[in-house]
Amino acid sequence: MQSQATYNYKVVRQFTVMTVVWGIVGMLVGVIIAAQLIWPELSIVEWLSYGRLRPLHTNAVIFAFGGSALFATSYYSVQRTCHTPLFSPALAAFTFWGWQVVIVLAAVTLPLGMTSGKEYAELEWPIDILITLVWVSYALVFFGTLVKRKTSHIYVSNWFFGAFILTVALLHLVNSAESPVTFWPMKSYSAYAGVQDAMVQWWYGHNAVGFFLTAGFLGIMYYFVPKQAGRPVYSYRLSVVHFWALIFTYMWAGPHHLHYTALPDWTQSVGMIFSLILLAPSWGGMINGMMTMSGAWHKLRDDPILKFLITSLSFYGMSTFEGPMMSIKTVNALSHYTDWTIGHVHSGALGWVAMVSIGAIYYLVPRLWGKSEMYSVKLINLHFWISTIGVVLYIAAMWIAGVMQGLMWRAIDVDGTLTYSFVESVKATYPFYAVRLLGGLMFFGGMLLMAYNMMKTIAGGQAVNAPVLAVAHA
Amino acid sequence: MDINDLRSMVTVLTFATFIGIVWWAYSGKRKQSFEEAALLPFTDDEPVDENWQAKRKNERIAP
Repeated sequence: MQSQATYNYKVVRQFTVMTVVWGIVGMLVGVIIAAQLIWPELSIVEWLSYGRLRPLHTNAVIFAFGGSALFATSYYSVQRTCHTPLFSPALAAFTFWGWQVVIVLAAVTLPLGMTSGKEYAELEWPIDILITLVWVSYALVFFGTLVKRKTSHIYVSNWFFGAFILTVALLHLVNSAESPVTFWPMKSYSAYAGVQDAMVQWWYGHNAVGFFLTAGFLGIMYYFVPKQAGRPVYSYRLSVVHFWALIFTYMWAGPHHLHYTALPDWTQSVGMIFSLILLAPSWGGMINGMMTMSGAWHKLRDDPILKFLITSLSFYGMSTFEGPMMSIKTVNALSHYTDWTIGHVHSGALGWVAMVSIGAIYYLVPRLWGKSEMYSVKLINLHFWISTIGVVLYIAAMWIAGVMQGLMWRAIDVDGTLTYSFVESVKATYPFYAVRLLGGLMFFGGMLLMAYNMMKTIAGGQAVNAPVLAVAHA
Repeated sequence: MDINDLRSMVTVLTFATFIGIVWWAYSGKRKQSFEEAALLPFTDDEPVDENWQAKRKNERIAP
């Protein structure tokens, strides 16, 4: 049954290791800025001040940690579901090294204060060009592999990965359209101005959530949850329908980031309505993943990898319920600009994105280094509990802080003056910042356990490239 | 006809396309091929677990 050729696991191994490395780096920066909000004197030098480290944190966790996880898992599953090695190993290697250079450049330029000022797209124009080159290569490798597949059908996880790759290319090109001014220091100006610039930015920003942080990670879910659970996905038709529903809907949700701004009112309402509609396709994915476990729930008891994957789906369900609620204008009037938003983002980023990636990486490591399981399954279990408690502490603290801030900012005395000054709300937030730091430290500590477990597994194993499987003709 | 009529038409067409996709996905003809597609990740050395296979066998035998 098996042919001579082997799958290209080298690039998967590289991205797998870097996922854990960048996860640790990105979360460490997160812990530092969380501490700076409690103790501002920790901003010792300008390069390490909050304003410069915050974009470094977001870029590192989204694009370095999340990005590496997506590269690793998509390269692994596309080969295996297409029964063919990756198209162009040279281009695949370029995507790895190119992406690492992008990350290192980000880690240098952001602390130096070079930024285009667009949230989640802060990197300056020379780096934008490199990102484009890497991304086009990624698309060539991925779709090239699909083209030379030996199976007739394209498995659903590849549809999600494909949508993620195509859309991120489109988003990056449109939002990063800019006129370069100087090469060093890197400086450019956006091609758009005023409210159009804001709308393009949040069309980008929300679709980065929708396609980078959702579609891509749903691709992970659709391969790794069925594999780890040992049974096919609950409903394949549901996966087709909720895929297209996500595609048709997500593009229009961006304006909810600009409620009560200079953006025309009707645009805000369109954004709100599409955000509410999004609940359906989002929960379609969550239900499909959860129901895959039906009849196999007992496996959760002693499989910590499955615990990570299924808990990530619970957080996905929670945050995709919370998101549409927060996009309702009247709710947004309370929540916008408060720490509630930070809580919401981390329920998605730590609870969903990080946990599903961690589960998938624990699945991958033994298989890539010729072992039957991780060095210590007990440590995975400890990692699971420490990070779950960490996320809950984090988001609960930010919910309470956010609602409190919103209520304090809108409180008005009988004579029409504001009840609280802004600084009073900052003071009231202190204890919650401490709880958030504790939660963040726990999640960060879990990543250190993971790094140790991964190192021990790799040390006891040997890099293997599994043979390409012939297609069984049923 | 101005550009806004075109925009409305695109919205209606996209919606119709989506309804078409739902109808296509849930048509009885697709059932068999979707079932095979769902098994694509398992065409390797780690097949689906025995419980699931037993369950499916029972479903097949049941009327």
